[in-house]
Amino acid sequence: MCANIVEKAGIAGSGKGLAGWFNLTEASVSYDHPFHVDIEHALNIDFVNPAAGLGERVSVELTLESARALSVALLAALKRAEAYERS
Amino acid sequence: MPTTTDKYEGMVAETITIPGQDGDMIHAYYARPTGPGPFPGVVWLHHFPGWDEWSKEVTRKLAYHGYAAIAPDLYCRVDHGAPEDVAVKIRGMGGVPDPQVVGDAAGARDFLRSQANASGKVGVIGTCSGGRHAVLAASCSQGFDAVVDLWGGGVVMKPEDLNEMRPVSPVDYTKDLSCPILGLFGNDDRAPTPEQVNVHEAALKEHGKNYEFHRYDGAGHGFFYYDRPQAYRAEQAVDGWKKVLDFFGRTLGS
Repeated sequence: MCANIVEKAGIAGSGKGLAGWFNLTEASVSYDHPFHVDIEHALNIDFVNPAAGLGERVSVELTLESARALSVALLAALKRAEAYERS
Repeated sequence: MPTTTDKYEGMVAETITIPGQDGDMIHAYYARPTGPGPFPGVVWLHHFPGWDEWSKEVTRKLAYHGYAAIAPDLYCRVDHGAPEDVAVKIRGMGGVPDPQVVGDAAGARDFLRSQANASGKVGVIGTCSGGRHAVLAASCSQGFDAVVDLWGGGVVMKPEDLNEMRPVSPVDYTKDLSCPILGLFGNDDRAPTPEQVNVHEAALKEHGKNYEFHRYDGAGHGFFYYDRPQAYRAEQAVDGWKKVLDFFGRTLGS
């Protein structure tokens, strides 16, 4: 919690955790100390459903470069998806 | 101090429940040497990854060195599960409220001081967010005899970073600090940066506080963490632990 950078988003969808698929309600995006990847700070995304309990979590810990690449891919796919839905 | 090889030594380490802020009952990991004492006490405030294995391990290390050591679970009120699962939930909440942590630290201190074999001296220590919390506890709750800040990030905060959980920059409480402080920092750290450490040191100097700051070249954040290869710095960690134990020996006895 030293960098103190956290953004949250309400989401709808599904994620696959340790116990299988579950409904997602929230994504927490932070720049903080990661648990696993061996860098000082990571861009962390935690997909969770607080009502379903602590174990219902899908998390990724990314380098900044990876997070940037992911965001570009996400926005590009989103743009095409929205165009598809409009057609 | 550790005994010689011909002496019996023992330790008890276990989870207990203690009153924290507002009398809330919270879990704490309590490791202490066996024997009549008197034993000085140390409150260990865990880092962001939570009330985890490392936090409990260092509590036992302090017990080995003659301290009744206690690590309160600062996330106890929120949930229970694997430490990192709890920590992720805490991260999503933006942390835990500073005043609550101060109250929990004071509760742990008072528990230690109330033991029949306590010497009466109690210090507080933490790494990372725990270092920040240790500074807060020693500043906002009178009654600690020593504080160790191990690279606490956010002791010096920008106004725009203040929020409901962290309403005051800890450095602004410096005038209220009532015990000696030891600080260990890596010069490659970015939370705190060397510049932020300078600001903290200047405040301690301005208010005439008893402080010792040591800054290590070739080290960044978390240089004690042997389970984090990119962060761990053996030489600096060995020297750092010596400084911590020497400081507690001088301020608390052992």
